[in-house]
Amino acid sequence: MSDWEATMPELTHMSFAIDDGIATVTFDKSGEAMNTLDPSLMGDFETILDRLESDPEVKAVVINSAKSDSFVTGANIKWFSELDNPLSAQTAIEAGQGLFDRLERLHRDRAKPVVATIHGACLGGGLELALACSHRVASDDAKTQLGQPEVKLGLIPAGGGTQRLPKLIGVTAALDLILTGRSMRPSKARKLGLVDATPPLSHLHEVATETARQAIGSPSEKPDPGWLSASGLQKLALETNPLGQKVLFQQARQKLLKETKGNYPAPERALEAVRIGVQEGTEAGMAAEARFFAALVGSPESKALRSIFFATRAKPDTGGAKTVDTVGVLGGGLMGAGIATVSTQKAGARVRIKEVDQAGVARALAYVSGVLSGRVKRRRMGDFEAEQAMLRVTGTTDWSGFGAAELIIEAVFEDLALKQSLLKEVESVTGGEAVFASNTSSLPITEIAAASTRPGTVLGMHYFSPVEKMPLLEVIVTPETADWAEATAVEFGQRQGKTVIVVNDGTGFYTSRILGPYSTEAFHLLAEGASVEAIDSAVEAWGFPVGPLRLADEVGLDVGAKIGKIMVDAFGARMAPPEGVDLASTDRRGRKNGKGFYLYDAKGKRGGVDDSVYSDLGVTPDKEVPRREIQDRITLALINEAARCLEEGILRSAADGDIGAVMGIGFPPFRGGPFFWIDQVGAGEVVERLRALEARHGARFEPARILVEATAGDTKFR
Amino acid sequence: MSDRRVAIVDGLRTPFAKSGTDLAEVDTMGLAAPLVTELVARAGLDPNLIDRVVYGSVVQDVASPNIAREIVLASPLPDTVDAYSLTRACATSTQTFVDGAAAILLGEADVVITGGADSLSKPPVTFSDEFVSVMMKAQSAKDLPSRIKALSQLRPKDLAPRPPAIAERSTGETMGDSAEKMAKMNGIGREDQDRFALESHRKATEAWGKGVYDSEVMAFPVPPAYLKVVERDTIPRGDSSPEKLAALKPVFDRRYGSVTAGNASPLTDGASALILMEEATARRLGYEPKAFLRSYAFAAVDPNWQLLIGPAFATPTALDRAGMTLADIDVIDIHEAFAAQVLSVQKAFASDQFARDHLGRDRAIGEIPDDKLNLYGGSISLGHPFAATGGRQLLTMANELVRRDAGTALITQCAAGGLGATVILER
Repeated sequence: MSDWEATMPELTHMSFAIDDGIATVTFDKSGEAMNTLDPSLMGDFETILDRLESDPEVKAVVINSAKSDSFVTGANIKWFSELDNPLSAQTAIEAGQGLFDRLERLHRDRAKPVVATIHGACLGGGLELALACSHRVASDDAKTQLGQPEVKLGLIPAGGGTQRLPKLIGVTAALDLILTGRSMRPSKARKLGLVDATPPLSHLHEVATETARQAIGSPSEKPDPGWLSASGLQKLALETNPLGQKVLFQQARQKLLKETKGNYPAPERALEAVRIGVQEGTEAGMAAEARFFAALVGSPESKALRSIFFATRAKPDTGGAKTVDTVGVLGGGLMGAGIATVSTQKAGARVRIKEVDQAGVARALAYVSGVLSGRVKRRRMGDFEAEQAMLRVTGTTDWSGFGAAELIIEAVFEDLALKQSLLKEVESVTGGEAVFASNTSSLPITEIAAASTRPGTVLGMHYFSPVEKMPLLEVIVTPETADWAEATAVEFGQRQGKTVIVVNDGTGFYTSRILGPYSTEAFHLLAEGASVEAIDSAVEAWGFPVGPLRLADEVGLDVGAKIGKIMVDAFGARMAPPEGVDLASTDRRGRKNGKGFYLYDAKGKRGGVDDSVYSDLGVTPDKEVPRREIQDRITLALINEAARCLEEGILRSAADGDIGAVMGIGFPPFRGGPFFWIDQVGAGEVVERLRALEARHGARFEPARILVEATAGDTKFR
Repeated sequence: MSDRRVAIVDGLRTPFAKSGTDLAEVDTMGLAAPLVTELVARAGLDPNLIDRVVYGSVVQDVASPNIAREIVLASPLPDTVDAYSLTRACATSTQTFVDGAAAILLGEADVVITGGADSLSKPPVTFSDEFVSVMMKAQSAKDLPSRIKALSQLRPKDLAPRPPAIAERSTGETMGDSAEKMAKMNGIGREDQDRFALESHRKATEAWGKGVYDSEVMAFPVPPAYLKVVERDTIPRGDSSPEKLAALKPVFDRRYGSVTAGNASPLTDGASALILMEEATARRLGYEPKAFLRSYAFAAVDPNWQLLIGPAFATPTALDRAGMTLADIDVIDIHEAFAAQVLSVQKAFASDQFARDHLGRDRAIGEIPDDKLNLYGGSISLGHPFAATGGRQLLTMANELVRRDAGTALITQCAAGGLGATVILER
């Protein structure tokens, strides 16, 4: 044994020990909080494999992590940016695959069982490492999560995941994990056969070692789950015969394309890699996996998604924040109740809702309860946990209890005078220094704060509906807002599970403002004779989840008109719809009254376009506007406005602009946000296209100065 | 014994509803936990300042025998808040109040929450002894044949569940039987009882009309759907009449009896809670004490005699401890289990004979003038969720002292087992 110690090269990121025939390999990436895979760590891994293979003392292997609450969290994403050249990327991937193959052969060919000891995040390459082992033992801890999130970054599993996972848990279950990027809890993983045992953390290492010891000497073989189980039956029907396989993959592809609209190559490639493995054999599957990954890693889509990922990880500063134990919410409508929900469920704060009457309080509580019981039903939350979350929310029709709130968020009707009078009332009943946040989507915070005796505590917290689902929070500060108040709002927003951007005050702030020209341009197109379907479908094909007219229906046409007027007052002609083309005189209010651009049935389900909307607008849909032109006009109007927001200092950074657009208003994530997109297309080209539109349609397309300036020095925004 | 004073600084109760009606979907925890949460939130009290919760119920839920602790764990109170539960039948929340007060007087605590709750809509139903014994045998059987053999001993009649009875374990008498007995012993006629009940409803209805209860009763949104909000007590009837009450048949003694559903307290769902603080703590935290504890006493009598006469025994002791006579008391609140029982107590208070025979005193406790008694209705008209009633009385009387901004109040209950409880508050 001492021979080995002497000859084994020094390890940086891993350690090795052997006791009674069982080798323990521990991942402990130097200088980092988590174990991520990259060439430097893989070098150590290769050294260790050499020894595991040739040391006759090694009868079995246990793989551990030295990080407190994670196993291996996947490849080092920063390393991907070095893989721009597809050829070198493929070589790197194949090298990784080769190491995992060697790990697999240890137990398959040499009868040395390998047990992965999983506690905490086991994701991406981490799960693929575990899949190459003969056994997986995972702690039943809430922190333990297993998944293949690669598609979220526009990539696919490329450490054999597309091949080994279907073999282990079946094609259908594997596709569900690989195509959605969802992670699963240990209990589910055990049901699927992804892990062999889920002991409590206290027994994890003992169980892993014992599993390894008992398997010594027997080559690994996966037990068949048996066709009697539901999944077994499905396997029998679909997965194990060629015809069934064909049907399965066809269906999966159709379902996928319906969701991605062809804009996301990664899940399509992942599906294809799985298919090749199943139908043409593992070797072909592995080769396809490496090839596809190498092509994807340099793709604009993956770069865009990675850029958003990195941008959201750079969180705003929360130094000086006051801890919010109690939040007061004024107004228990859809927004107020949603804010209450995330405040109790995610942030764990006590919530006091003020409503005009008890029926309003009850409606708000019903909303919170509905979200919580949905989570209980989906087993995302326990009964008692939900009971606690519910009990943190109380309601009132007076101001009782508001004195205890460190933060008060108003979510009442969009009316400046109303918001100002509430602010005054709040300040008279709360003696202390509570932060007052307005959830306005358009009114300038400065104007609301004008009613305040302590404007330093006034800011905006702009949530998006439905609050419990939408990931963004836009915090708006005025020049007078105190740093500690800003930090308090940001910190609380993060506790609510939100990605937070901070922007400076101005009409519409950032997100509502860039939607202004987006929706105005749709009205211009309507006036020119484009149809509702043509407009929405063009924009949706570009990658927005909903087109501008569908969005108008969702927001409410009355609300939209109100915001629109505020925009025109502030920004003038470029936000103004064409003369006379509006629905102000009609009772169309969108989905909420079942009358908008679209038809809605009694249950609120959206049908086709309501053709009578054209006569209400005074237009005739008799013109075929090319899809490309619709896309150009609507998206460039929005992107140009985003650039103005950066130019005027509404945005503090281009990265914030990308996060806000992607997470707040559904800007296509695979395009990375307005500024990432400008960088990709090139500011010169963007300005050129805007100038062309300006020539044909007028000054509203005049390029933002900051764009013109960027063309000069080939400056990048991101 | 201590220079510390116990203040009631705030309190709240749910609306009281006849069992099986508006609050039928909610169990005892479901009443108590939102109530305590709302009380703390409304008072703007930092939950970290709470030292202890003392809570109780009479019909105990097997899933939460220590309901006080369950309230702490489910509600936003910190898990580090000490909590225990107790039961003293209809005087339960008087006892939780006294326990909380004692902890403050002893210097164990500065801020205590006390109270009680009962849902009579969802009482625990038990199986027969035979059924339980067979199931235990079957469960401990070692193999299938012996398990089947054990189970085969089960007879159909064993399967009938046993509804909870409100009867004395020792005497077998129901409360109603005891009230009926007291009516006869003390010569309380049907008309007097009905008149008392009618007055109780009139006073409760008027009190609601005047807003007396607005600040002490929370609007209760009913889970799980939260579509309905119970905002008021549902039992007080403004439309009753002597004729209507007279038309009701006696329940417990159909031939010679006088106790009817109309002159007795109904089975009720509800909860009450109080915040108690040591005086200096209250002032430091900015809470204005509503009333202070002056004295208290408990007593017990032979349940075979007059089961519900306890107040006549506890009260003179409490008065002695306060250094007062009944004449010094400004308002009196007697729990109305039955009109016959309140009227019996009133008679006993006024009787020199009773004092000599039963209290070892020369003189009667004193007359209770009608205009000092149960100003805003009582358990007959408001309802009687067993463990919540004491808290309800204490809260209303504390608020009455606030309205008067001076004075003394005496609160007393009879309780199952022949118990009596009395508390004197002052301001």
